[in-house]
Amino acid sequence: MDLLLIKEGFPLLSFLIFLPLAGAVVLLFYHGAAFARLWALFVTSLTAVCSLPLLTGFDPASAKYQFAEVHAWIPRFHINYIVGMDGISILLVLLTTLIMPFCVLASWKYIQQRVAPFMFCLLVMETSMIGVFVALDFVLFYIFWEFMLIPMYLLIAIWGGPRKVYASIKFFLYTLAGSVLLLVAIIALYLKSGSFFIPEMMWQPYSLTFQVLVFLAFFLAFAIKVPMFPFHTWLPAAHVEAPTAGSVILASVLLKMGTYGMLRFCLPITPDATMLLAQPILWLSIAGIIYGGFTALAQQDMKKLIAYSSVGHMGFVTLGIFVLNTRGVEGAMLQMINHGVTTGALFLCVGMIYERTHSRELALATGVGRYMPWFVTFLAFFSLSSFGFPGTNSFIGEFLVLAGTFEHNIILALAAIPGAVLAAAYMLRMLQKIVWGGTANPDQSYLTDLGVREIAVLTPFLLFVFWIGLGPQPFLDLMHGSVSHLLEQLHHWQQHQQVAAVLWH
Amino acid sequence: MVILPELVLVAGALALFLVSLGKTPSEQTAKSVAMFFGLATFVATLLAFQSQASLFYGAYAVDQYSQLFKAMIGFSLALLLILGQNLKGISPSVRPEYYLFLLLSVLGLMMLVSSVELIAIFISLELSSFALYLLVPMRDDRTGIRVQMEAGMKYIFFGVMATGFMLYGMSLLFGLTGTTYLKDILAFLAQGNLQPAVVVAVLLVLAGFFYKLAVFPLHFWVPDVYQGASNETTAFIATLPKFGAVALLIRFLTVPTGQSSFLVELMAVLALCSMFYGNLSALVQKDIKRMLGFSGIAHAGFVLLGLLSLNPDGYGVAIYYIAGYVLMNLACFLVISNVSQQGENLRIEDFSGLYQRQPVLAFVLAVGLFGLAGIPPFVGFMGKFMILTTALRADHLVVVCLAAINTAIAIYYYLSVVKVAYTVDPGGSPAVKVHPAIQLTGVVLVVAITLLGALPAKFVDFASTVVQTLP
Repeated sequence: MDLLLIKEGFPLLSFLIFLPLAGAVVLLFYHGAAFARLWALFVTSLTAVCSLPLLTGFDPASAKYQFAEVHAWIPRFHINYIVGMDGISILLVLLTTLIMPFCVLASWKYIQQRVAPFMFCLLVMETSMIGVFVALDFVLFYIFWEFMLIPMYLLIAIWGGPRKVYASIKFFLYTLAGSVLLLVAIIALYLKSGSFFIPEMMWQPYSLTFQVLVFLAFFLAFAIKVPMFPFHTWLPAAHVEAPTAGSVILASVLLKMGTYGMLRFCLPITPDATMLLAQPILWLSIAGIIYGGFTALAQQDMKKLIAYSSVGHMGFVTLGIFVLNTRGVEGAMLQMINHGVTTGALFLCVGMIYERTHSRELALATGVGRYMPWFVTFLAFFSLSSFGFPGTNSFIGEFLVLAGTFEHNIILALAAIPGAVLAAAYMLRMLQKIVWGGTANPDQSYLTDLGVREIAVLTPFLLFVFWIGLGPQPFLDLMHGSVSHLLEQLHHWQQHQQVAAVLWH
Repeated sequence: MVILPELVLVAGALALFLVSLGKTPSEQTAKSVAMFFGLATFVATLLAFQSQASLFYGAYAVDQYSQLFKAMIGFSLALLLILGQNLKGISPSVRPEYYLFLLLSVLGLMMLVSSVELIAIFISLELSSFALYLLVPMRDDRTGIRVQMEAGMKYIFFGVMATGFMLYGMSLLFGLTGTTYLKDILAFLAQGNLQPAVVVAVLLVLAGFFYKLAVFPLHFWVPDVYQGASNETTAFIATLPKFGAVALLIRFLTVPTGQSSFLVELMAVLALCSMFYGNLSALVQKDIKRMLGFSGIAHAGFVLLGLLSLNPDGYGVAIYYIAGYVLMNLACFLVISNVSQQGENLRIEDFSGLYQRQPVLAFVLAVGLFGLAGIPPFVGFMGKFMILTTALRADHLVVVCLAAINTAIAIYYYLSVVKVAYTVDPGGSPAVKVHPAIQLTGVVLVVAITLLGALPAKFVDFASTVVQTLP
């Protein structure tokens, strides 16, 4: 347990996990629509404010798990309630807590039916998302990881679009089927290491066969969540049918759980298997980048376009993780945050058009720029950010990932370049149509520009786009300690293995 | 005092017998008497929880193990009587008799978990079974084709056959050891007087309880009986007898056979067959009770997976699993019995828009089904997780992987019911009116399912230590 910095006094992380849950329980008893909106906004804002002390109390120099809490839970099976946070998870926790109030605001008018249950689902969702990022006990992690399916399923299935039933069941089945073998892998690791405490499972001398099997079980679960190229088909369906808040949560937080899992579990628990299988995964990432780009280029539905662009962007993230060097991994982590900010904002923008025109068709939204100047200003910046325009956040992330890839393998890096170009092509295509439109514009004179609430929702996203784009150092500093520690250990492990191999012969 | 729960049940049965003697039996009286004795039984099981005694020349043991099961049976009985209080599928003229046989059947189960002698086991099991055989055809004949009679016949024929197996096994055990006391049988066999016939005898006895638990290949009665019996009767068949089956399976699995690896392999195969057969068949069902029947076969496979580690940890987990399974099933049947307007069978599409027609019941149903599917934090997940852990600890990797894949198959049919309840438009279906007491019972079940799932440590520890005290 020397890996933990136990937090004395107020249990901040548990408070963050269970505050939204407590807020959700209140909604079971008071159903008023107006009350539900205000209450959900209050609870998510309170969670966001309470998560800020994480930033001030965090020591980036230490690679230990901070704010840790340990309680015995099921001693017979060595299961404990252990939560903690390091440089890998802090940004994701903050992303989650900060984005949730905007999800509530984005649903302010969009959700008119069954408001209280909707907010209930959102709050329960927040509990399980924070739980996934801070859980340090594998059973606890798995409980949050699986439980999340229920509220997300209901968000899509009840408040979704016309094909909501198909999309929600596909989402549920895909993710659940992916994670059943994860459970077996967790139990197998427990039987080898004697504990469900995640850091104790890391860097153990498991046999290569065992590592490969565990890695494959992990990888299947996480690759479906990311989603990586051949497992991505649930994503466009779920994104398109989900209500705006659901799409934002999916894009900004849920997809990050897959890459977070790869970084937190695959690398340190099964290092040999990771190095053995990194190459095919890198090429799958490239395939995802190119495929996502080309498919996005062909979409007529704006949400689908952004969904496929997510496949491409997440391809960059997995690329960065599996090149296994500092630039790559830090770039990947920054790209996770960037994608959360930018794509979340793009989904919000599409949601705002949808509230006005009740359509997500690109053809029906052409030329709205004339009547909605505020809107297109925001949209332009987010689109630029999405394809990594210099000065915006994604530029830093993609640049670092590509730099890491060049360090690793030039051919691979060259193969990724067309993805960046494609991103510019599909985003500019959408932007050009929406802002200026073609010759056959539908009549849009009835459109009203963004209201104060909507501008208030989008502005913070824009702030982060430029903050990360122009001054990324504070963000990189937060993660640097943990990332370099992780890669150092990987390096040690590699050398140790080589020494062992030399001694053997 | 030590057999207070049994005495309360006997008193209840007698009282109902008197009620049934009246010319025009009042259904309200029968219901009140049954409810009173049901709740009294639960209280009695709690009062007698700490008792320890050996009665009837050692044939009847009141110990922690039996009292744990009695408490669970008593609790489920109380819930069952509350949730099925309207008894819509049973004609009013036979309701006193219905309750009479119901209590007798529970009495048989209570005696069963305390019996430690072969004849006593046999008598209690038959008391429980025969009362239950009678409950099935008591459904009123609404379809005109007498499905309840068919179900009753199937139930009794298969049941008698299974009993025959068991009796044969018991006679072999007696012949091999010269005693009918389990304790003496264990002691005799532990001295090394083993021969191949022992494993045959034990298997034949186990078959009788596999039938109760609906393990493949003794599952054939399940779908038709579930469908043919009234909703309330099915709720009973699906829940309480499972306690008795698990209690006695554990008792007989402690018998040394000298062939435990063979027994374990056989049980692993049966468990897998049950899971695959149950889950794959459930996928195509239209009738909700048939679906739950097949899902019950799959869950029986899971229980068997817990038992096949043949150690107290595994047994404790199996008890935990069956307790959770009964709670989740009661939640589902609470919804089924109350959504059904006149006691008719429900197809899955009859739950259309339940979320709008009766939100509380829809919530209870969703929790019950997600629990059965093994989604955390409900008790179904914890049970599944612990069973997989104990099975993997006993080195059954392939079995565990196949069982895990089964949970992925199962989610589809559970989810499709939730889908119908939450996303389909109710159309012309009327709102469902239920008594607040039933809603409250539903909420109690939801809380129990969640709490038992989130904080399982105490229960599992207790069950495992209790199992260690078995002879």
